[in-house]
Amino acid sequence: MDDNNLTFDKITSDLTHHIRINKGFMVWMGFLTVSLAVCLYAYSMQLRTGLGVAGIRDYVTWGLYLANFVFFVAASLIGMLISAVLGLIGMKWLTPITRIAETIAVAFAAVAGLIIISDMGRPERLAYVFIYARPQSPILWDVTVITTYFVLSLLLLFLPLIADMAVIHRRVASLPSWLKPVYKSLSLNFTDRPEQNKIINRSIRILLILLIPAALSIHTVTSWLFAVTSRAGWDSTVFGPYFVSGAFVAGSAAVIIAMFFFRKNYKLQDYLTDMHFNNMGKVLATVSLVYLYFNINEFLVPGYKMKRADAVHLQELFAGKDALLFWVVQLGGLVLPILFMLFRRFRKPLPIMLISIAVLIAAWFKRYIIVIPTQEHPFLPIQHVPQNFVHYSPTLIETLITIAPFILVLIIITLISKFFPVIPLHETAREKGIEHIKFD
Amino acid sequence: MDDSNTPHSNNESENQKGSSRRDFLKNLGLAGVGVAAGAAALYSGHIFEAKKEVSGDQKVLLTQDGKLVQVDSLEIKALEKNGKELHETLGREGIPGRRWVMVTDLSKCRNARKCINACQGAHQLRPEQYHMNTLQMQDTPGTAPYNMPKNCQHCDNPPCVAVCPVDATYKRPDGIVLIENDRCIGCRFCMAACPYSARIFNWIEPKDAANHQGEEYNVELNVPQKLGTISKCLFSADRLREGKLPYCVEACPNSVYYFGDENEDAVTNGTTKETVRLSKLLRDNGGYQLMPELGTKPRVYYLPPKNRLFPFEEAKDATPEKV
Repeated sequence: MDDNNLTFDKITSDLTHHIRINKGFMVWMGFLTVSLAVCLYAYSMQLRTGLGVAGIRDYVTWGLYLANFVFFVAASLIGMLISAVLGLIGMKWLTPITRIAETIAVAFAAVAGLIIISDMGRPERLAYVFIYARPQSPILWDVTVITTYFVLSLLLLFLPLIADMAVIHRRVASLPSWLKPVYKSLSLNFTDRPEQNKIINRSIRILLILLIPAALSIHTVTSWLFAVTSRAGWDSTVFGPYFVSGAFVAGSAAVIIAMFFFRKNYKLQDYLTDMHFNNMGKVLATVSLVYLYFNINEFLVPGYKMKRADAVHLQELFAGKDALLFWVVQLGGLVLPILFMLFRRFRKPLPIMLISIAVLIAAWFKRYIIVIPTQEHPFLPIQHVPQNFVHYSPTLIETLITIAPFILVLIIITLISKFFPVIPLHETAREKGIEHIKFD
Repeated sequence: MDDSNTPHSNNESENQKGSSRRDFLKNLGLAGVGVAAGAAALYSGHIFEAKKEVSGDQKVLLTQDGKLVQVDSLEIKALEKNGKELHETLGREGIPGRRWVMVTDLSKCRNARKCINACQGAHQLRPEQYHMNTLQMQDTPGTAPYNMPKNCQHCDNPPCVAVCPVDATYKRPDGIVLIENDRCIGCRFCMAACPYSARIFNWIEPKDAANHQGEEYNVELNVPQKLGTISKCLFSADRLREGKLPYCVEACPNSVYYFGDENEDAVTNGTTKETVRLSKLLRDNGGYQLMPELGTKPRVYYLPPKNRLFPFEEAKDATPEKV
């Protein structure tokens, strides 16, 4: 269809008609809330009796929680790739995807911090990290950069929303009455004056530039939690870029999945077109290729030398206890998707969404492979300890506590996307050639 | 309006009255200062005199840093043994002038596990919690197996201390790496960083926690153990402070352990109580460290398992199936 025929009124109504509380929303939120309550009950058991309710023990001391943390930090990195890297080099087709990417970034970054608390033996001493802060410890760096990245992402989500909210609270009659004052105060008296636009645009630009080092830092530092140790499988110099490229894979897949469901549920076919899915498919294929390159470096080089400690670790991964998981993740979650995505027909909305789901699930298990097997292969033998110290197996309570962050992320994404336009209204109007917004 | 109240009044008598009132106040102030000064002088003189009371009984004492001093017996006060003070100051400062070192003779270990029992008893540990564990080692398929007691290596370049976000684990000047479980947040980064798997975690309520509730925390013994915090070998810092050998060293029936001070170049065998030169012991027996290539600089040396006094036997596990 011809985009230029879209009037401002139609754009406004297309992008805001979903902002209302309906039955589907209530059922979905009810489901999420009940699930979260179950998971929080599991966490309360851990709070009462200690980390022993989880399967982690003295050898595998970092289990699902930490793998999950790495995954969440990874997924949050997509805000940087879409908005900052691709946005700053001027890719115009990204406009309708930027807010989805920022929403995902904010949700995953916010929850990543909570996951770390669930992994603490003494969560009530969280403040000690600041009171007794030791700048030598990568944990302090991680806490600092994740907070920074979260704040930057939140601002980057908010600034483009100012103009949208200014329009909507004046022009959209269907806006729920309780939302109107919220929109009004959050729109900060924006009236589309040139100087206002100038301030916002300049601020966004500064944020985009700041976002790149912040995002690179969060995942590089997260990789250093492992790479600063001398353990086989973690003692690697490519861990920083290996993690960052892997993060883009997970994040791009998450964005494609979100795009698919927003397009379907909020009827955004005119805005999230096949072209967008096609292009995001190309982005996912590209970052997957980069990740594959780092995987080859990460496994082939030590695998060629087979130093003693590395050999034990790699043999378990390639042909031992973890081999099935390893190969399914590497082939099914990386190599095969890349091959499929080379063909245009697999970059249509439905196939690329299905591929993205496979990639995202594999991305989670990839974190499991990075975090857990290394600890089952320490330098000195594991002896005279109970069987569950030797082999890690997650408990039910631990699994529930691991699921909780996913539910939280879904709740955050659902709320943001339900009460704000999923696609930037003001920017879309501009790009369709509508220069001045009619406010009344 | 009364003229005398205005600053420009030139009434003489009023002026004089005013000036004499000022003088009076001035003198009164001076007198006050004088009295206070006199009283202070008298009081400090009294204190001085009181202090001069001596028994005449002079005692000769050895200070912590090894100096002999002479003090009047009246001035000697017993140091209050305050656990809080201990773990906030002495616990971090260590024992001055010392560089503790351990030598483990692998040719003598028959896996009697007496060291483990003594250690677990002293530190309130469960059977599967080891500060000291004897491992059955075989370096390569062609070489002979041997028993290797393994504890915290008290590295001079400790990876665990480097990564701790809250300074809960720290390196003391006397070489000991300690852990303050009042501070530990339970992130377990130190466990991930330690290449010797020397650290343990209190996953569940520590052994007999109910019995030890309310006991004052002793950082040099790391008891009572606390749920959700790290524990590990402390070189028995509490025993060293009393001038005794560590629990494990003393408990060994097979003369495996030597313990002592690197500064004195002397180590004492825990079983025979024989004291030998550290440098000579290491030189004559080919002493080595565990994984020195990692750059951790351990303070535990091993003597190789040559001319073993006991045949190697497969160890039997006494630990529970699941914890």
